[in-house]
Amino acid sequence: MEVGLSHFLVVSTALFSLGIYGVVTRKNAVMVLMGIELILNAANINFIAFSRYGNFGLNGQAIALFVIVLAAAEAAIALAIVLNIYKTYNHVNVDEIEDLKE
Amino acid sequence: MSELFIINISIAILFLPLLGFAVVILFGKRFPKLYLFEVGIITINLLLSIYVMVVKFSSYINDALVYGFTWIDFGNVPLLGPLNIELGVKIDNVTVIMFFVVNLISMLVHVFSLEYMRGDKRFNRYFAYLGIFTFSMLGIVISHNLLMIYIFWELVGLSSYLLIGFWYEKKSASDAGKKAFIVNRIGDIGFFLGILILFTSYHTLTLDSIFAQIAAGNLPFDSAAWLTATGILIFLGAVGKSAQFPLHVWLPDAMEGPTPVSALIHAATMVAAGVYLVSRIFVMLTADAMLVIAVVGAFTSFMAATIALTQNDIKKVLAYSTVSQLGYMVMSLGVGAYAFALFHLVTHAFFKACLFLGSGSVIHAMHHEQDMRQMGGLRKKMPITYAAFLISTLAISGVPLTSGFLSKDGILAGSLAFGSLTGHWLIPILGFVVALMTAFYMFRLVIMTFHGEPKNQHKFDHAHESPFVMAMPLVILSVLSIFIWYTPLPHSPDAGWFLSSWVKTPHTVVPAELSYDFMISETPVVEDQYSEHAVVHSEKYTEAMHHAHYPAMFLSVFLGGLGILLAFTMYQWKKIDPDKLSNKLSWLYKFSLNKWYLDELYDATFVNPTIYLSKALAWFDNTIVDGIVNGAATVTKFFSAISGWFDTYIVDGFVNATAFFSGFVGIAFRKLQTGKVQTYIVLVVFSVLALIFIISPF
Repeated sequence: MEVGLSHFLVVSTALFSLGIYGVVTRKNAVMVLMGIELILNAANINFIAFSRYGNFGLNGQAIALFVIVLAAAEAAIALAIVLNIYKTYNHVNVDEIEDLKE
Repeated sequence: MSELFIINISIAILFLPLLGFAVVILFGKRFPKLYLFEVGIITINLLLSIYVMVVKFSSYINDALVYGFTWIDFGNVPLLGPLNIELGVKIDNVTVIMFFVVNLISMLVHVFSLEYMRGDKRFNRYFAYLGIFTFSMLGIVISHNLLMIYIFWELVGLSSYLLIGFWYEKKSASDAGKKAFIVNRIGDIGFFLGILILFTSYHTLTLDSIFAQIAAGNLPFDSAAWLTATGILIFLGAVGKSAQFPLHVWLPDAMEGPTPVSALIHAATMVAAGVYLVSRIFVMLTADAMLVIAVVGAFTSFMAATIALTQNDIKKVLAYSTVSQLGYMVMSLGVGAYAFALFHLVTHAFFKACLFLGSGSVIHAMHHEQDMRQMGGLRKKMPITYAAFLISTLAISGVPLTSGFLSKDGILAGSLAFGSLTGHWLIPILGFVVALMTAFYMFRLVIMTFHGEPKNQHKFDHAHESPFVMAMPLVILSVLSIFIWYTPLPHSPDAGWFLSSWVKTPHTVVPAELSYDFMISETPVVEDQYSEHAVVHSEKYTEAMHHAHYPAMFLSVFLGGLGILLAFTMYQWKKIDPDKLSNKLSWLYKFSLNKWYLDELYDATFVNPTIYLSKALAWFDNTIVDGIVNGAATVTKFFSAISGWFDTYIVDGFVNATAFFSGFVGIAFRKLQTGKVQTYIVLVVFSVLALIFIISPF
């Protein structure tokens, strides 16, 4: 059985779903960040897969590289925010942080 | 002494009492002794007026000093022609005599009041009012035009109102003040109409200009009847002020004022104004107007004398005697005895002021008892008052050697001459009957007050002679009631200064066919309105008076003596019992005692209908007019209520419903905003999924 486009898409969908699930269900902010990483990587898999099987040239791979760079930057900023949250609340439980209500 | 200087002094005399009034009324509360300022001013005024009189009689006896200026120039008014109003003064012999009389009596009243009014709580105010009263009267005397006379005329009315109602805490006093004012207003309407007729016809209010135009043959509205009517209308003003029938009713009530004020009103300042006014317009009176004036005067004189016969209040008797004597003066003007009217005005001013101040002295001594039945025997207690009072009573009764004899005799002679020339004999007959009654009631008063036994021992014991400031005016005035001041010959007033050189009858300006023929001089009149040379007495009238002089004199002396004798018989010697007489002539007695029921008549005919009419109008106002207004208000209120209900429930309801809906939606959606990012993400995911399913083609 030859590996085709749909296999990649299934994997990326599973990965995306797992990421969403992590983002939504985890209490710890760091785990939420990890969920976000999964979502980004699911998107990268899609880019790469369409680049390989679609007729778009190398654009998909280039965008995947940008996404990796962005993910690194995002992780750095997000971790800095998490540290600030910790300084403010002495914990990083996102379900207890309801300041957006105000 | 230039003419202008005299005019300036006279104007100063006019305005000084106003200054006194202003100062005392403004600062009287702060300086309780300020009334002395007013007394001082009036004394200066008296001295100045004596000075003016002396200069006038020595240097300008034949010239009237006139000064005037145009106050308002209306220019050439359409339909009427040139129109202007002049203000000014005219100082002739009558003016300076009146100046002296008014200032002298005013001064004596001021002095008298110092004691009489002592302790009154409005002492300063009283003197201020005396000042403005004097000012107003002097203004009438000095004015040369009708406008100023009218203004001062009303000021006299105002000041009399203030002084008659001076003790306004007493209802009768405030009522009397109002009565005097209102009754005078009725006469003033006539005066005002007369002024309007003259102004419409002649476009000027200056008396001399009016007379000149009448003399030139211009009649108001080209009608003799209008000229007569004008004269009678202006006389109507005098009827009010000088208390002639039928407007005399205010004067007896005016006795509610302080007694010195009565003296001032009755002698110098108020009632004299009416006679003076008629004398000012004397030259424009037609024969008919003069007859009306003579009849009114004679009737007033008679009526008042009959009332005075039975009054028991000392001041009421004097009040009616004033009305009676004023009737004499008015009658005298009506019959053409111009100079005698003014002569009587002056002599009467002195002896009537003396009588009133004397009665004030008695009332003061008797602790404000005014009923003569409570008096008697005061002769021994108050010798000075008695002497002064007696001399004045002799004068008013027309006993020889007094001033009253001279003037009264002249008036009676004039009326007799008038009767013989026109055939109106009723006028002299009334005049002589009044002479009899005057002597009777005046001696009745003297006997009841000063002679006989004291009726009220308690009050008699406390009676005392008045102090100097009250006795002094009495003495001065009684001395002035003796003939020597007026004429060297006690039987002949014509030989006196007053009539031979000071006051001359001015020649009438009325066209010959409208005037009595005996009023017109046979020698031609000098056409110079500003000179007193122009005044010429008609020869015919003079001759008739000359014929009437001795009969009138003997008759009046006889009747006066008879009256005095009758009074002594009834009240001193008690030969005839007055009570029995009054019982026998019961209805006559009551008629007189109740003042001819005139007050009751006026109440029934004028006062009560006016009150009822006012009440009816008030009812109309309260019910109909107010009803309409209130009805409009009710309707408006009703519509407002509807509008208010609509606003509250419909408009507000709509607004509130909107707000409530927004609030409800807010509450519903608030639950979505948890503040947890994860919830939002779930929502976003499901929303995106939903969008995908909606947008996707399958």
